[in-house]
Amino acid sequence: MAGDLEFEKPVIELKKKINELREYTKNTEMDLSSEIEKLEARLEKVEKEIYENIKPWDRVSIARHPERPTTLDYISLLFTDFFECHGDRLFGDDEAIVGGIAKFHGLPITVIGHQRGKDTKENIRRNFGMPHPEGYRKALRLMKQAEKFKRPIICFIDTKGAYPGKAAEERGQSEAIARNLFEMAGLKVPVICIVIGEGGSGGALALGVGNHVHMLENSTYSVISPEGAASILWRDASLAKKAAESMKITAPDLKELGIIDEIISEARGGAHRDVNQQAGEINRVLKASLKELSCLSEEELVDHRYKKYKLIGEYTSLNEYIGVN
Amino acid sequence: MLKELFTKTKKKKYATIPSETAKQDVPEGIMTKCPNCKKIMYTKELVKTLKVCFHCGYHHQMNSKERIQSFVDSGSFQELNKGMVSGNPLNFPVYEEKLEKDRKKTHLNEAVVTGVAEIGGMGVVVAIMDASFRMGSMGSVVGEKITLAIEKADELKVPFIIFTASGGARMQEGVLSLMQMAKTSVALKRFSDHGGLIISIMTHPTTGGVSASFASLGDYNFAEPGALIGFAGRRIIEQTIREDLPEDFQTAEFLLKHGQLDAVITRQELRDRIISILEIHQPGGSISWQEI
Repeated sequence: MAGDLEFEKPVIELKKKINELREYTKNTEMDLSSEIEKLEARLEKVEKEIYENIKPWDRVSIARHPERPTTLDYISLLFTDFFECHGDRLFGDDEAIVGGIAKFHGLPITVIGHQRGKDTKENIRRNFGMPHPEGYRKALRLMKQAEKFKRPIICFIDTKGAYPGKAAEERGQSEAIARNLFEMAGLKVPVICIVIGEGGSGGALALGVGNHVHMLENSTYSVISPEGAASILWRDASLAKKAAESMKITAPDLKELGIIDEIISEARGGAHRDVNQQAGEINRVLKASLKELSCLSEEELVDHRYKKYKLIGEYTSLNEYIGVN
Repeated sequence: MLKELFTKTKKKKYATIPSETAKQDVPEGIMTKCPNCKKIMYTKELVKTLKVCFHCGYHHQMNSKERIQSFVDSGSFQELNKGMVSGNPLNFPVYEEKLEKDRKKTHLNEAVVTGVAEIGGMGVVVAIMDASFRMGSMGSVVGEKITLAIEKADELKVPFIIFTASGGARMQEGVLSLMQMAKTSVALKRFSDHGGLIISIMTHPTTGGVSASFASLGDYNFAEPGALIGFAGRRIIEQTIREDLPEDFQTAEFLLKHGQLDAVITRQELRDRIISILEIHQPGGSISWQEI
């Protein structure tokens, strides 16, 4: 199977063996059914062991899987009447972010998300899902529009990070991200963010200041890519695996840190194994979030977001410190 | 070779008389030549395809009447302020004659037609600019009629849809024309603050003061394929910067690439896509988020 991941190898090999035996019994008189049964039992055990003890680095590789469903995949499965809106009305149209209006169970919403490609050609067009300032400014334009027409905003987060490039800096990458954080804080409509792949740093957070933030089970969210962290901390990008384990970047980690609201479960082996099932899971969580948040008034929504972010961060005080005096 | 073709038909006698007087006898407008692919076609056939060339997809200019017929629900259009005509506030030479000439030629009183209508059964106010009247230029009447249309949309709590086609501000009304940019924008701001939906559809050509006011202020800005849209004219820019400009400069597609448009929509798709957007913006239906 194309795109099999390293840690899944024992499972894949066992499955292959079972299939071979099946083929063999079909073509000959020999009865190997007891053998097959034994192997199947073992497969079940191995699968359970592997998928239940999935390591942070394994999740990173699932989150980066080339066939992992993207924002547009989920948009087409979750919403109807999607109408894509282009452009930031300032400089350009960044295809690393898509957005537009649609209906969710018959009610209007605005949906925005990072969009990476699934092949080289599309990845070049979408800049590997790494936005320029105009992408964030388009997103903000659509959020403001949603606020004007009082419809909830749904953001899908899936980026390695904002694009580190010359042009991006010239046009104010930092300002664009900062502006989004600032303006998202004040939106008078429900904002729900779902990390569906990689949540890379500020480039992810610029679509991530929501009332509810959810993560797919095998997605990641962190201040920097594991490779980046490894090269900064230990000057060796090959220690990425170690960094992934130390940095707390998986959904269960973030849930424990109180940063996300809900972990959306994935099919065994990752969302790409069953996109429809995954959309179904997201649908369930989205519905619940919208039901809950639509009860809040405009002021309560802003306040809810304020309190959510105010609570994040850990610190202690030293009693014996006497201060500068 | 052409002659041989015609020998088989009776038309030969009438079709190829080369004299100047005969040329004038052929009623104007029976045939249309596509400026893009240079093919000649029956105007009647062209109207059937919403004036989109069936060879190359070129969008021929539509006048306001054709636009109303093809865009709003049939029979739903009720015109507003149709009697309003321009004065000559600056006593500009031959302005009145020019207006009179265009009134005769187009059977329009001014370069914009406004009205209340329905599209897909949903109420809207539409304003349609007509480039066949003084190049769709904006003077006091165009500004006033558009402003009154916006106010009507505000009063009725319905979306405001504008089709723009204009060479810009009307020179003969001087600074009064310039101020129509501000007047229409002020009206749109109030309408927008009241939650009104503004859809702008830019058609060929949308330039100067019109592109720099209401045409660009939609919640959704769309354009027809190939439409020329820009502020300053190509020649002026080329002379100023002393550079050749790219082929697609100031086309709808160029603007889309540069972030100025939500989408470029073909004329065939336009009605359906606008209906879909209007549906999303219809005020609260019977269901709420609690019931999904």
